[in-house]
Amino acid sequence: MQRPGAMQSHFNALTDALDGWRQPGEDFTVWFDGEDSDFVRFNKGRVRQPGTVWQRTLSLRWIAGRRHASVELDLTGDLDADRGRLQTALGDLRERLPHLPEDPHLLWCQDGEDVQLVAPSALPSAADAVGQIVESAGDADLVGIYAAGSQAVGLATSRGQRCWDEAHTFNFDWCLYARGDKAVKSTYAGETWSPDELAARMSRARAQLDVLGRPVKTLSPGSYRAYLSPAAVAEIFDLFRRGGFSLKSTRTRVTPLLRMHTEGLRFDPRVRLWEDTVGAPAPAFQSDGFRKPDRVPLITDGALDELLVNPRSAQEYGVPTNGAMSWEGPEALSMAGGTLDEADVISRLGTGLYISNLWYLNFSDCTAGRFTGMTRFATCWVEDGEVVAPLGVMRFDETIFRLFGEALEDLTRVPELQLSSSTYFRRSLDSSQVPGALVREMAFTL
Amino acid sequence: MIERVVARFRDLAPAVHFCSLRLVQEEREELEVRNGVLEPVDLRRILGAMVTVHDRGGMGYAATSDLSATGLKRALDRAVQWAHDTASVGLIDTASLPIHHPEGSFEAPTSQRWASVGVGDKVALLQHLCGRMNADDRVVEATATVMGVQHHTTYVTGGGGRVDQRMELVAPDLRVVAHADGETQQRTMGLRGYCQQGGWEVLARVGFDTMPDELREEALELLAAPNCPSGTMDAVIDPDQMMLQIHESIGHPLELDRILGDERNYAGTSFVTADMFGSYRYGSSLLNVTFDPTVPGEFASFAYDDAGTAAERVFLIRDGILERPLGGALSQVRAGLPGTANSRAQSWNRPPIDRMANINLEVGDQSIDQLIGAVERGVLLRTNNSWSIDDSRNKFQFGCEYGRLIEDGELKGVVKNPNYRGISATFWRSLAGVGDASTNQVLGTPYCGKGEPNQVIRVGHASPSCLFRDIAVFGGET
Repeated sequence: MQRPGAMQSHFNALTDALDGWRQPGEDFTVWFDGEDSDFVRFNKGRVRQPGTVWQRTLSLRWIAGRRHASVELDLTGDLDADRGRLQTALGDLRERLPHLPEDPHLLWCQDGEDVQLVAPSALPSAADAVGQIVESAGDADLVGIYAAGSQAVGLATSRGQRCWDEAHTFNFDWCLYARGDKAVKSTYAGETWSPDELAARMSRARAQLDVLGRPVKTLSPGSYRAYLSPAAVAEIFDLFRRGGFSLKSTRTRVTPLLRMHTEGLRFDPRVRLWEDTVGAPAPAFQSDGFRKPDRVPLITDGALDELLVNPRSAQEYGVPTNGAMSWEGPEALSMAGGTLDEADVISRLGTGLYISNLWYLNFSDCTAGRFTGMTRFATCWVEDGEVVAPLGVMRFDETIFRLFGEALEDLTRVPELQLSSSTYFRRSLDSSQVPGALVREMAFTL
Repeated sequence: MIERVVARFRDLAPAVHFCSLRLVQEEREELEVRNGVLEPVDLRRILGAMVTVHDRGGMGYAATSDLSATGLKRALDRAVQWAHDTASVGLIDTASLPIHHPEGSFEAPTSQRWASVGVGDKVALLQHLCGRMNADDRVVEATATVMGVQHHTTYVTGGGGRVDQRMELVAPDLRVVAHADGETQQRTMGLRGYCQQGGWEVLARVGFDTMPDELREEALELLAAPNCPSGTMDAVIDPDQMMLQIHESIGHPLELDRILGDERNYAGTSFVTADMFGSYRYGSSLLNVTFDPTVPGEFASFAYDDAGTAAERVFLIRDGILERPLGGALSQVRAGLPGTANSRAQSWNRPPIDRMANINLEVGDQSIDQLIGAVERGVLLRTNNSWSIDDSRNKFQFGCEYGRLIEDGELKGVVKNPNYRGISATFWRSLAGVGDASTNQVLGTPYCGKGEPNQVIRVGHASPSCLFRDIAVFGGET
């Protein structure tokens, strides 16, 4: 791992170089994304594949009037080498610019605020963490991944804006398997690693294994009463993040919440959703230089409220931007809790499915808000307030409006913070904070 | 640059049981015109390396974009440290693994280099195609996209092996969204399914400029179409949906690392178990599936995988019987099974794992008219738009953009939102007809996700149209 502040000083030096190369009439925005990450895979309680990734990318957009061209480069970390690489890339962009049309939707912030956030590091050594994980797993069939290290994102513009957000985090995401496809899924993520906390979470997971060892119950397709854990609810809204709260998807009529716009459908009034930037891992600024508001209300009292608007959509549709990233999806979705105490979930469920996790959600009729997916891991059958048996995996096919509308009975009192364990291309900074949901019925088809 | 990095690695290679360097250099350009406006051009220059070390029975990797002697040394030290630190708690004893030092090269055939066409000409083509899709007031969004990739991987071992592989790849896409009276429908080229290896000539090969009008008209047709009927009926599935069906319910279940349990925390396990190979009836006797990295132009053709194993065409399923899994050299040792050269990585910053490459369903002897003619009541399914399958890759539900009813052996009206569901373990046994070469299409996708840390990889799937009996089919919400 590099010395503290090394990524930021490198980024600043490259930004200074870009400033120096700028000619009259030229502007730029530049976005930095870097991480020093350890990734350790586990299988059967042993280390399957340990490694480290040091990666830094720089996305440079060179602007001349309404024309612009961009390039994203892998950086070496060596200042002279990276200055040279950047200068070559800039030459290429200047050559391209005259061949590109003017962009009527170009919008970038020319008077943006600076943001500086550098968290202290309290991570354990990777070897220590791995040793503690293996020890706490004991003879259990543990499979999963430990990902940890420093991450930074930065933004600079030719108008002097400088933003930086650096954090040092870990995310241990694992399953303890009872047999076959029956497992308890757990996560432990944050900034300060505690062996005691790891042991406590492992112990809680172990305690749930017993019930998964019982004979599997098979359900016939049909509608059943169900409890969706916070992880399952988060999985549902992760699907509806795809266009559900986007201005562009709304205007082009492809939003999965289309019927809320065209037919006035609403969720149950207890459903309230926000994009909640304050305190979330995702940075408070976006790549065009706009600051994100602390909170954007998306669903208020069951009804549509605001949409997420990125700068291009703002320019195209003539509305103000609220600092959304290009895909106009929530990065830190929050959902209000209800009145159901966690301790009462099984008794209030009575008889039905306790769904610990959902898996592989997708739309079966997107613009009607209808979607499908599978139950996974520790999904169990509950009878008269007692957990009876693990269930064979079941496919559901439902609409979001029914599930969080007429079928919604209650939400758990305390929403649960979940930090994304996604590592496609880079460690994700997304998060969600949602409650569990008790529903009167949910349609299962296979 | 590449030769300097290789020389540095050879100088720095530590005295360990085994070490390798995998250097990836890639330039990727993606252009998209949306409703006549060029979206921000995505130009990406990738350059980095992963070193892998096996020593004292352990393993470790380190990946870096710092390719200086200092950067490579740091990566090698880190990989050695991982190997030593985790050897006593490792799942695999690497001291027992066979070591190879392959030598070879591969270059995918390309007749017109991507870089030989100016960006202005590329944009002009996309604007023209987009304009054709926009030629109706009910079209609310039209996008024309093309991605070009120039990729070079150099794999070097501490024992003197070296493999160089170069390829250009092109992935075109069109998307037209139509809306009227509260109804939205879209037609696309399906998960960028027409991606192929090659240069600019790929666009002509796949008929890119012939598609906009047909896609627009079909999207408009769908606006007025009834929902697909529900019921058990026959289905003729075209290659751009077969691609997804093969991918999800043959490709993924046969991945050996799933069977060995590595993926159980994320991508999932498999209903296939190690004892099934050689005897399990996966499908009807018409089902023949190959791992074939030798097809010129197919998206995932190569001569060696990312662990340096030489690649060849092999049958995975022959006459319906399961023959071998998709498992690279390491998984083959772990499982004691034969496999394929499919240890592949997304890029320099992710380690190789068992992946699909080109997984193809071999052609049969039925024309499309014969396939349709054999259906009394059914539906023709075209172009995937939704996919969902359980973590054992068994219970699936797939949706398509476009359907046509089939009655008494003839194509009838268009239906919207056609979906179907089934179970992999039994679905392929209902395969009742396989199209001939005239129905075959070489397709693929740049977006197959799997692994921890997560990886997206390019895969190819060639398939003819196929007929299945007694499938659970249904439509959208009313």
